[in-house]
Amino acid sequence: MIHTKSLTKDFVVSKTNTVHAVRAITLDVEPGELVAVLGPNGAGKSTTMRMLTTLIQPTAGSATVAGHDVVSESAQVRRLIGYVGQGNGAGHNQRAGDELYTQGVIYGLDRRAAKRRAAELLEALDLTALTSRKVSSLSGGQRRRLDVAMGLVHAPSLLFLDEPSTGLDPQNRANLWEHILQMRESAATPMTIVLTTHYLDEADSMAGRVVVVDHGEIIADDTAEVLKANLAGDRLVVEADQPTETARLTSLLDGFAGARDIQVEGGTVSARVVNGPRALPEFLRAADHAGIAVGTAQVHRPTLDDVFLTLTGRSLREAESTNNAEDAASTAARKDAA
Amino acid sequence: MSTATSTLSATVPAKRSAARNLFRDTGLVMTRELRPVLHDPFSLVFGMIQPLVFLALFGPLLVGSLGGQADTALGGSVWQWFVPSILVMTALFGTSTVGANLLFEFQTGAHERLLVTPLSRPSLLIGRALKEMVPLAAQAVIIVIVMIPFGFQLYAAGALIGFALLAVFGIGLGSLSYALAIAVRKQEWMFWVVQQTLIFPLMILSGMLLPLESGPEWMQVASHFNPLTYLVNAERALFAGDVGSAAAAWGWLAALVTVAIGLAVGIRSMRRSAD
Repeated sequence: MIHTKSLTKDFVVSKTNTVHAVRAITLDVEPGELVAVLGPNGAGKSTTMRMLTTLIQPTAGSATVAGHDVVSESAQVRRLIGYVGQGNGAGHNQRAGDELYTQGVIYGLDRRAAKRRAAELLEALDLTALTSRKVSSLSGGQRRRLDVAMGLVHAPSLLFLDEPSTGLDPQNRANLWEHILQMRESAATPMTIVLTTHYLDEADSMAGRVVVVDHGEIIADDTAEVLKANLAGDRLVVEADQPTETARLTSLLDGFAGARDIQVEGGTVSARVVNGPRALPEFLRAADHAGIAVGTAQVHRPTLDDVFLTLTGRSLREAESTNNAEDAASTAARKDAA
Repeated sequence: MSTATSTLSATVPAKRSAARNLFRDTGLVMTRELRPVLHDPFSLVFGMIQPLVFLALFGPLLVGSLGGQADTALGGSVWQWFVPSILVMTALFGTSTVGANLLFEFQTGAHERLLVTPLSRPSLLIGRALKEMVPLAAQAVIIVIVMIPFGFQLYAAGALIGFALLAVFGIGLGSLSYALAIAVRKQEWMFWVVQQTLIFPLMILSGMLLPLESGPEWMQVASHFNPLTYLVNAERALFAGDVGSAAAAWGWLAALVTVAIGLAVGIRSMRRSAD
């Protein structure tokens, strides 16, 4: 569905300063996949998506989207893909129903079909009561659902979502995803979805595949499960009942089969293990056997933040600040280009 | 909701084989742009009476300032001189500010939404510029009807041609306004700085509001380099029924040059507006 080859985007800020927003990304997405592109702000997620949706032209490399080249056949690509950008697709002075109708006509529906399609989408996304409301009077969550509806007017087989749930509260995020997944399921063939996000839990729970991007490059690409198991692993966290026993507990954990990366923090001792839920009772038995009383014990399942930390040495949150400088530079570059 | 979702897959839009043409896309963009105007009757009414207010306030002052010599100084009835001015002024302000609407759509994301659709790029510009002609036409009709009882003489053919001329010029100026908006979209305040800096000299140096004949010579010379001068003169000739005059021909030339430059610059900007 998507094939990119060394896709690259540079923003020239000045003669001596070029920002490499996207560096030679090669990515293949098969029909029916749900792929999350995860990375800090300024990592190149949106720039990549804007190239794939024909909004900006790559500096080098190529990309085929829905069977057509994004540069030489951009019109065909636009006809086939759905896109929900970071902003609100509906004009704020327009009425919700009118915007959906207009989109339908733009994609070639006749007036009656466009009206019917608009009504269906409004119904499916719980917006029917707001049909003749002005977009500017809708709430953030309602506007976001309208954006999704607009991206789906022509029932595309490939949908791009650029940070779909940014700025929404958890309840609205859950609600939005419920609708998106429902729309995906109701399609004749499962819609391929590519989304960018910097919410780890979103990538983790929604996507079948997670592509981690940092500094314009893909640094990992697998299912969330595999990424977490291979790159982070579970953590066993134990605390001795008596603080005096911490040293003995540490050496016991150090010698425990499969434990690595031992860390001691105050009275808490932790280690990476392959299978936390299995290792925990084994370790407790060993401690019992050695006569050490364990006060508390738990298993930390890894998050994608742990994955990102392992890959880059920075947590996602730290990365935000380093990449933001580049983000500002690329904004300046775009300003110059204009 | 389950019934709605079940029918969604049944209405997968048919593939459109016919070549999408500029004409149809332009119509779509224009209709979309007109909708909020029509849905907001309040601002519509105010927009319609604004030129009348100006006419009522400025007209008597103009007559007074010419010290009873108005009709000779202006070469005929004062309204015959001033009504075309007001129409040009309305078009000037209406079309030179349209870029601000686009700036807003840049901000919200609505423009980006249209850019990812199959709409042809030029239609995004031409449709918007054409839309401005609809309220302008209504304003023109209202002004003319209101002014007839005050001695304004209507030459229908000339007035129609005059309006067409104004529309051509307006599309050109509107396109330039959009191009300006696209160029300054990262520093929006620049839009108004540039627009205001250009619009007032252009307006005053066209002899639109006050006759330049009473001004210093350098102003009269400068007015010859102002395309708006030719447009204003042409409108006065056309509204006096003088359809085949040289002034009208010069006006058409000025309007056609404006529209050619406006569309060339505007379409080029529109193509690159997602960068």
